[in-house]
Amino acid sequence: MVAVTALAVVRPRAMNCRGAKSSWELPMKLTLLPVAATALLLAACSSTPSSDETSGAGGMTTSDASSLTSGPVAGSQADLEQNVGDRVYFGFDSSTLDETARSTLQRQATWLQQFPSVSATVEGHTDERGTREYNLALGERRASAAARYLSSLGVPESRLMTISYGKDRPADPGSSEEAWALNRRAVTVINATN
Amino acid sequence: MMQFLDPRRDEPVRIRSLPGLMQIGRRGLLGAGAAGLLLGAGGKAFCQLAVDITQGVVEPIPIAISPFAAGGGQGATLAGQIPDVISANLDGSGLFRTIDRQAYIQGPEELRGMPRFADWRQINAQALVSGVVEETPGGIGVEFRLWDVLGGQQMTGLRIDAPAASWRRIAHRISDAIYERITGEKGYFDTRIVYVSETGPKAKRITRIALMDQDGANHRFLTDGRELTFGPRFSPDGRRVAYLLYRGMRPRVYMRDIEGGREQVLIDTPRMNFAPRFSPDGQTALVTVNEDGDFNIVAVDLATRQQRRITSGGGISTSPSFSPDGRRIVFNSDRSGRPHLFVTGAQGGPAERISYGDGQYGSPAWSPRGDLIAFVNIKQRYFHIGVMRPDGSDERLITRSWQDEAPTWAPNGRVVIFQRTEPGGTTKRLYAIDVSGYNERLVPTPLDASDPDWSGLLP
Repeated sequence: MVAVTALAVVRPRAMNCRGAKSSWELPMKLTLLPVAATALLLAACSSTPSSDETSGAGGMTTSDASSLTSGPVAGSQADLEQNVGDRVYFGFDSSTLDETARSTLQRQATWLQQFPSVSATVEGHTDERGTREYNLALGERRASAAARYLSSLGVPESRLMTISYGKDRPADPGSSEEAWALNRRAVTVINATN
Repeated sequence: MMQFLDPRRDEPVRIRSLPGLMQIGRRGLLGAGAAGLLLGAGGKAFCQLAVDITQGVVEPIPIAISPFAAGGGQGATLAGQIPDVISANLDGSGLFRTIDRQAYIQGPEELRGMPRFADWRQINAQALVSGVVEETPGGIGVEFRLWDVLGGQQMTGLRIDAPAASWRRIAHRISDAIYERITGEKGYFDTRIVYVSETGPKAKRITRIALMDQDGANHRFLTDGRELTFGPRFSPDGRRVAYLLYRGMRPRVYMRDIEGGREQVLIDTPRMNFAPRFSPDGQTALVTVNEDGDFNIVAVDLATRQQRRITSGGGISTSPSFSPDGRRIVFNSDRSGRPHLFVTGAQGGPAERISYGDGQYGSPAWSPRGDLIAFVNIKQRYFHIGVMRPDGSDERLITRSWQDEAPTWAPNGRVVIFQRTEPGGTTKRLYAIDVSGYNERLVPTPLDASDPDWSGLLP
């Protein structure tokens, strides 16, 4: 009558492909530009705020056209970006603050103490090489690590918020090792004042 | 007689089985009495046409799906459309191949009676679907019969009475009946998918919760895109959805009824919480809560909103999934270094690591059948969807691409739907694949798509 032939299970093509260990799994050695230079570079990209992270915050103080000649307004996001460094970077799947990150945060802490009316949100981000949910947690863990360090340096906790966007708000939309290194970050964003 | 409510309209749909047609004598070998015995029983014992879908690749069954007979009016249109939807469903499953209608010899009107099986054998059909659509005071009445062509007998038959607007659901119920009769497994066609619809540049995506039928029809948005949103999940009855919403700079889980419900925050805390999952009995929701940069899974009683801790300790524990009996939870944690999969009891307590392969693991999803856990494995520059038994044995990777993630199951535990991101990271599509690793196919969405969740069979 009806002959239904069940063939033996063929192994899916994805299996058993054990090639060389990929480089992104190895401890990464990426040369990042010194923070100040990075900030300058970012600022040079555009006269409007170069970072993408403001979307949720609704609140970076932008430098208007007149400030281009006179430099950023003291206490503004542009001031933080250009003169202090608004972001710190992390290794793959890590929320550990390295020496460069700590020194950037030390400058941020000093700067925040100069402007006591300013409050800030630390936004945590990841690269795209992980699941969305795990990265939401990892991003928040990075933001928390940066915020905790800032408060250990004397910035009152009441002036600091954290938020995570996981892998969904990359600074660099590329998909290279370099882009991923720039996206594993915590960015300090000045809250809008009302 | 079964009854179900259309969740879209709360209109009653009635379904009852049809007995086999009586043989009227002039058909050769079988006398009326014998045929009545054979057909009336609808019994499995006599049925030859069956396919075991647990065995990996199966040659698709050639099936003829005739246009239905109709009395006229609205029925005439639906008499063509309903079989079209059935064909698309069955062909999409990879288990059936609809034979081109041009080849059919016997017409729909003649098929109101017994098929001339010889005519269908001639075009190599192994199964035949015939039907009738008629207008009724309440809408439409649809009768369908599934025939074993080589065995010369009816395998199943149903009459469904419903409002005409529910015609696609009727087609899905018929598809499920055919699938179940031939494979012995429940179908998954009368279901819906909720997911995240995405637009815009990579660094500034706009996301909306979207809902559609399993085949992409009846697509609509549940949120408006003003706030970032991720990770929607159906309640077990398919009437509610929970998701992460970035409202007021506070990413938290919100819940709403699909029909006309208002968004309601799940737990009243300023702390970030995300990754909602309903328990199989619908009484509890799991969420992942930020505890000062560490993340733990908490169970929330949906009636009292009381919270109970499932995981504790430092690091990240997230992406939980209940076993179908509600007694265990698989989740993703970096407590042993890299992200791996762990299983714990529904009340928490000690957790056992079940993943031991290379790379990172994430997004575990317990099959509704209970036999497998689907997951993401990231290694060697590729993202894979894989499956393993709940004790971690028999791990198999069933997909590989630049980025495959977010697997969830069709309610019969035979098909996994997941999100594939093309290299570059903006083009995102939903794909479905059989658990065997075969029949990978695109699930069409109007825009980019991520984070799918598959409903149970609609009530």
